[in-house]
Amino acid sequence: MAMMSMTRRLILGLALATAAPAAWAQTAPIKIGELNSYAKWAAFTVPYRDGWRMALDEINAKGGVLGRKIEVLSRDDGSTTGDTTRVADELVTREGVSLLFGSFLSNIGVAMADYANQKKIVYIAAEPLTDAITMAQGNPYTYRIRPNNFMQVGMLVEQAKASGAKRWAIVAPNYEYGQSAAEVFKRLIKERVPGAEIVAEQYPALGKIEAGATVSALEQAKPDGIFNVTFGPDLTQFVREGNTRGLFEKKTVLSLLTGEPEWLLPLKDEVPEGWTVTGYPWDEITDPKHRAFIEAYRARYNDTPRLGSLLGYMVMYMIRDTIERAGSTDTAAIMKALEDAKFDTVAGPVTMRGIDNQSSMGAWVGKLKLKGAAGGMSDWKYIDGTTYMPTEAQVKAVRKD
Amino acid sequence: MDLSFVAIQALSGLASASSLFITACGLTLVFGVTRIVNFAHGSLYMVGAFTAATLVPWLLEFSFGPVSFWAGILLSAMIVGLLGVVIEVLLLRRIYGAPELFQLLATFGVVLVLQDLVVQVFGPQDILGPRAPGLRAPVEILGRRFPSYELVLIAAGPVVLGAVWWLLRRTRFGILVRAATQDRDMVAALGVNQALLFTGTLFLGAFLAGLGGALQIPRVAANTGMDLSIIAECFVVTVVGGMGSVPGAFLAALIIGQLQAFGILIFPKSTLIVVFLLMALVLAVRPSGFFGRPEILASGHAVGIVSRRPTPYGRMLAAIVLACLAALPLLGDAYLLKVATEILVFALFAFSLQLLIGVGGLVSFGHAAFFGLGAYGSALAVRWLGAPMEAALPAGLVLSGLGAALIGAFVVRLSGIYLAMMTLAAAQILYAVAFQWVEVTGGDNGIVGIWPSAWAAPRDAYYWLTLILTAATVFVLTRVIDSPFGYTLRAARDSESRAEAIGIAVRQQRWLAFVLAGAAAGIAGSLYAFSRGSVDPSLLGIPTSVDALTMLLLGGIQTIAGPLVGSAVLHTMRDQVMPVTALWRLVLGSSIIAMVLIFPRGLVGTIRYWREDRA
Repeated sequence: MAMMSMTRRLILGLALATAAPAAWAQTAPIKIGELNSYAKWAAFTVPYRDGWRMALDEINAKGGVLGRKIEVLSRDDGSTTGDTTRVADELVTREGVSLLFGSFLSNIGVAMADYANQKKIVYIAAEPLTDAITMAQGNPYTYRIRPNNFMQVGMLVEQAKASGAKRWAIVAPNYEYGQSAAEVFKRLIKERVPGAEIVAEQYPALGKIEAGATVSALEQAKPDGIFNVTFGPDLTQFVREGNTRGLFEKKTVLSLLTGEPEWLLPLKDEVPEGWTVTGYPWDEITDPKHRAFIEAYRARYNDTPRLGSLLGYMVMYMIRDTIERAGSTDTAAIMKALEDAKFDTVAGPVTMRGIDNQSSMGAWVGKLKLKGAAGGMSDWKYIDGTTYMPTEAQVKAVRKD
Repeated sequence: MDLSFVAIQALSGLASASSLFITACGLTLVFGVTRIVNFAHGSLYMVGAFTAATLVPWLLEFSFGPVSFWAGILLSAMIVGLLGVVIEVLLLRRIYGAPELFQLLATFGVVLVLQDLVVQVFGPQDILGPRAPGLRAPVEILGRRFPSYELVLIAAGPVVLGAVWWLLRRTRFGILVRAATQDRDMVAALGVNQALLFTGTLFLGAFLAGLGGALQIPRVAANTGMDLSIIAECFVVTVVGGMGSVPGAFLAALIIGQLQAFGILIFPKSTLIVVFLLMALVLAVRPSGFFGRPEILASGHAVGIVSRRPTPYGRMLAAIVLACLAALPLLGDAYLLKVATEILVFALFAFSLQLLIGVGGLVSFGHAAFFGLGAYGSALAVRWLGAPMEAALPAGLVLSGLGAALIGAFVVRLSGIYLAMMTLAAAQILYAVAFQWVEVTGGDNGIVGIWPSAWAAPRDAYYWLTLILTAATVFVLTRVIDSPFGYTLRAARDSESRAEAIGIAVRQQRWLAFVLAGAAAGIAGSLYAFSRGSVDPSLLGIPTSVDALTMLLLGGIQTIAGPLVGSAVLHTMRDQVMPVTALWRLVLGSSIIAMVLIFPRGLVGTIRYWREDRA
């Protein structure tokens, strides 16, 4: 009897032991890789991380997806293309992540797109804005959420038509993002504003602007419109010098991203009022779903949301929806689920266009305004990205796949 | 271009020059007395800016007015000065006797530590300081507006110059500083309290760095990238002016300020390059800068590989290690192979530097130039000529070899710290070209899509390819080190004048060493490009050069195996630490400092020293 029970126990134990890994695999978390410039571009990326962490906790509290929890393995990408591909490789080969998302700088995004194509793994570029990621360097494995340069510049140029400005000066950081934005601007302003000309161009190295000299060089060309692409520390210096020297007075200024709180807050009360910008007027958004996100974020982090916060939050939910629709974490299934997929996000409905893997997320366009001690946006509206996307013919002309 | 515009641009240049001078002046003083090239000087500048940008608004809350603003600026500089004292007492004091390179490495460890600490203390956001009360409105000059604060800055430069001049000429401390700058040993022999003198100098140097940073806050947002961008410019200023010379630094800063202000008009896309071109040009004409004195060559100070005879024991060990490495793919861990490939690449890179430093005594701060040339040579061949990997690898070798021949021709005319700075200038010029010649090199984006040919694409195949090329190159270089040529280099390293007296053409031999080392580093660079699929300007940057130095010094410059072990240890550490913690710079920096203090001969060197000590 004692013998029997012993044997039975052994068998039972053995059965359990062999069955366990199979059962464990069913409930093991789905691993997703994330990498971003957390050290070098903390102003944007840290709120972004707060955003996706909040979404991740909400998702996992509701049981995750496909009955499994989601685990995000997050890394610093070192802000260089070389480190990025090594970190990505570590996530893919050692940790076995199902897909990758993240990146901030455009040049890193291009390197990641190339990596994704080479290793045949899905990469969701949340932030990088250069057109190259979905156009000339685009590939089937790379998807982008934010509206790209072509779309955002298109929206700004539309606003510029009424101003009557014809002599334009450009200031842009000398790397992928700045070059791409400047090139699109030159093309669109000549197409859409008859008689427009570019009278000055300044391309300071990213993070190394000589603001005083740059401002007086622009001033020298006597433009009546300025197109600005600088952001971060470069922007703060440029604005302060420009304000002091009266560069912006009686001029139309179009500026990419300057309405985003991450770049607006460091300017404090020196916000250049009247600039037409793309940004994120979170304080005036009334849509209930979006408002709920903003309040939840403020309660959780005791801080105001940045655009990065919203983006991180959206991306995490889009990934969840994608995996759910795919029914597995298989790369082919995920790609199929992303094809022309529609998402209901806090920022509104978004479609992932199949032809170039560019989402139709829009942008908030408005004017900068001083609100109390810090800047914000006024006269803004949310412009859906769909009508501003490059046409199918334009996409087909440059994409190699 | 009208007159008023030229005047405004020149004034902008003067303002930049002033702040640059104040910071660089501290660096040159510290170097003059302690002979330490303080990499952390830029970090002190950054800490000064962050401290002031936090402290000054807080003071302005209490009482708004110019007094609190300027008191806050001075207080911030004081705090940074005290930080300098802490660094001197805890770290530098222990390594004055160590070879110069170790001091450099230790201060670079401080750079890494401070980078993370600044984010921890002041938060990740860039901080724009308040404007100076009373100086908010611009002044009108020739019908154009000019910030009045910049006028104050323009005045600050000469004021600091005057104060430092008074300190050096009219006080006892100043006399001692000047004496120590001329002959440190003699000052010690005369019974001067050196510890106090050095601590005082470090305080002064750090104070000036902090002041330079603090004065920037109304015009520049304090940000975490400030340290490395200012240190490169400071090096240029001190070297062009002559190391240790304060008036020289002032003159150099003036010239650089104007070059930057007007350079932006002529080459709006090549702002980075003009500064380093100036440095290369000045050193080519005046090998000790404007007011520098030729370095007194301290005999017997050079450390490196001595005469050695390969032992059968060593050969056996090498064979065993090689066999183990060749068997590594059998383990089947794909990521492990990737890391191992990179370690091999870096081992080759560090080993090629060993030929210059350990054998030739030629301290290069810019070895990344050749690594990057190799990588770019291959990448450009793929991008523009559509070359397959088999053709692109030799292309990298050729480009780096040619680059080394050209750079070497300029460099071998110099010696000591000026030689090191010339190599740095060369690397920075190449960095600027890669960064700003966007049409060809892709600029900051670099060039992507540099993947190996199909046969070498599997990870184990590429690993073996790297292993074979690395082992073969290291073998050839080892033979070179043991050859008569290697002994010639050592002779020139140990005593240049005696070597010349027995008929050795020192410059020519050193030039050959440069070409060899450059070509070997180029092979490493090409292999690296194909292993990660892309190249970007950071391959040519200061951190890459420092990487090679760190690996070499970590392993030990007196040994053959040193750089190989050093690269394995450093890269493994980086690979393990980076994913675990966001504070990896802090961990890495402290480890470097700890290792400099515990293993002043490097890992392999220390082990051998212990063994010889026992024997």
